[in-house]
Amino acid sequence: MKIIVLMKQVANKDAVLRIGGDEKWINEADISQQTNESDGYALEEALRTVEAKGEGEVVVCTLGPQTAKTVIKDALARGANRAIHIVVEDSKTLSAYQIAKTIADAIRDENADLVFTGLQSDDASYGQTGVILAELLGIPHATIVIEVDRASLGDTLRVKRELESGWYQWFTYKLPSLLTIQSGISQIRYASLKGIMAAKSKEIREVTPSVEAFASAAKIEKVYMPLKTKQTQILGNGDAKAGAVELVERLRTEVRVI
Amino acid sequence: MILVFIEHKDCVLNKTSLEAIVAAQSIGKDLGLKVAAVLPCDKDCALAQEIAGYSLEKVIVAKNEKLGTYTPDGYADAWEQVIRATNPQYVVMSHTYQVRDFAPKVAARLGREVVGDCIRYKAEGGKLVLSRRIFLGKLDADVTIGGDAPYFVTFQSGAFRGENAENGTAAVETMNVMVGDIRMTPEAPFQEAKATVDLTKSEIIVAVGRGIKSQENIALAQQLADVLGADLAASRPICDSEWLPIDRQIGSSGQTVAPKVYIALGISGAIQHIVGMKNAGTIVAINKDSEAPIFDIADYGIVGDLFDAVPVMVEEIKKAKG
Ligand SMILES: Cc1cc2nc3c(=O)[nH]c(=O)nc-3n(C[C@H](O)[C@H](O)[C@H](O)COP(=O)(O)OP(=O)(O)OC[C@H]3O[C@@H](n4cnc5c(N)ncnc54)[C@H](O)[C@@H]3O)c2cc1C
Repeated sequence: MKIIVLMKQVANKDAVLRIGGDEKWINEADISQQTNESDGYALEEALRTVEAKGEGEVVVCTLGPQTAKTVIKDALARGANRAIHIVVEDSKTLSAYQIAKTIADAIRDENADLVFTGLQSDDASYGQTGVILAELLGIPHATIVIEVDRASLGDTLRVKRELESGWYQWFTYKLPSLLTIQSGISQIRYASLKGIMAAKSKEIREVTPSVEAFASAAKIEKVYMPLKTKQTQILGNGDAKAGAVELVERLRTEVRVI
Repeated sequence: MILVFIEHKDCVLNKTSLEAIVAAQSIGKDLGLKVAAVLPCDKDCALAQEIAGYSLEKVIVAKNEKLGTYTPDGYADAWEQVIRATNPQYVVMSHTYQVRDFAPKVAARLGREVVGDCIRYKAEGGKLVLSRRIFLGKLDADVTIGGDAPYFVTFQSGAFRGENAENGTAAVETMNVMVGDIRMTPEAPFQEAKATVDLTKSEIIVAVGRGIKSQENIALAQQLADVLGADLAASRPICDSEWLPIDRQIGSSGQTVAPKVYIALGISGAIQHIVGMKNAGTIVAINKDSEAPIFDIADYGIVGDLFDAVPVMVEEIKKAKG
């Protein structure tokens, strides 16, 4: 049983974002980075699935600059067996199709039984890398997976998908297949000290791809602060307690709910 | 031609498809293109006549016995054929969970990708400039698509208003499509547990997000809810952590509410949360981060620590109520 997990490095959730000089992305200098949230859950599901099977390996795959090694090392410390790093320094300029195509070329020969990805990235949020990748690899896919029925694991795997408005649906997939994993599906394990030590000797295979131009790529022309749809009245001028007093007054006199 | 996708379950319309019709009609006017609606179904879909009541060139029922239940393989095969047969400029869809499951696959087969989850567009020089939210709603990006048609675009729920769909009379046409192997076996969709609280009826909602930090602190939000006579709700991570039950979750995968007042405590305002509460009469946000997207839709905001603000609110409300 071999599971490849796609993991991406993205700007930290709480980072203060500044628009870059060319207005086409954020200024990434001095921005702290982290593993994309749903990718962390994808790794956890992969580890649990291989553990349930009792044999096999989890291979992490990252497309990104050298700094993305942090994501890989963290995944190896949590228990992934080895890694493939597709080194692309300017990865943010790639479109969803280009990313998926480059990854497909790098992992095709691995012939994995399963490929897990997060359901979308917290930066560009294309939400389609996994689906395109499955198509390019010729395998079926399921998106927004919220539970993996490991007891069913054999030539097929039963997974629960999240639908809208509190609905769910189980699907059974023949392997190989690709699942995009929803955040919150389980509790992510911490890296143990032993894991951190063991990670040092695990293989990280670097791939330097030639990324093909893609005529139909979507191109970001400009990024900017979102247009406000409402005029927000900011209360308290940065003083939360004063704001609270003002707010209660507004709720009483303007909104009339007190 | 623009093709617009009509999503349905057992021939019952998913209302977001009306928003897709509005988007397609609007783009059609701007670019001088006709609009045709497409419905994948296993029979002569009962919904087709209803859709034919909108101002469209035609309604195409893509028919195959394997299309009675949604599967990504079945829908991708059907769409690929409709697109190859009709040669559209644009394919317009609502960004539903179903669409995000199959649209990128269809696009990829045709050597394209989707510009997904757009919130608005403008037509410039015969092409579209599409705007979408990035970085968890903290920034907007204007996007153009290269290469040849067809161009695939999905719009976020609420980007257009379904009731603005223009009426008309369209012809209904059946296109028998071939569907190959379906490599996944679906079971019947279900709801986890009947919701014990119906937040859609709440007058006032106090909602907590990850800013509440721990389960013990939920009690503080409960105090505020109690003095206000409000119901308690939450963003997704709170329910994922089981700090509150799942039926308290607001958003695309939870409940959609429209109370008189919605007070968001430590909620960043990700798109998937906002779609569930943006129709509240008055939105109040308390958040440490002045750039949190929740402030884009809030009527009143406090930039600061909720642990400072909430206890004061509780005291002040008690005083006001005497
Ligand atoms: C397919 C899909 C479906 C989803 N469905 C839903 C859904 O139905 N509902 C939903 O809510 N989400 C949903 N999400 C998740 C959504 O994208 C966000 O991850 C989630 O809404 C974030 O929750 P949050 O705002 O509580 O947490 P965060 O984004 O972590 O925000 C916490 C906020 O609290 C603030 N804060 C921290 N400490 C304090 C303090 N002491 N005082 C004041 N403020 C503080 C921070 O500044 C931050 O803005 C879905 C995602 C996907 C991809």
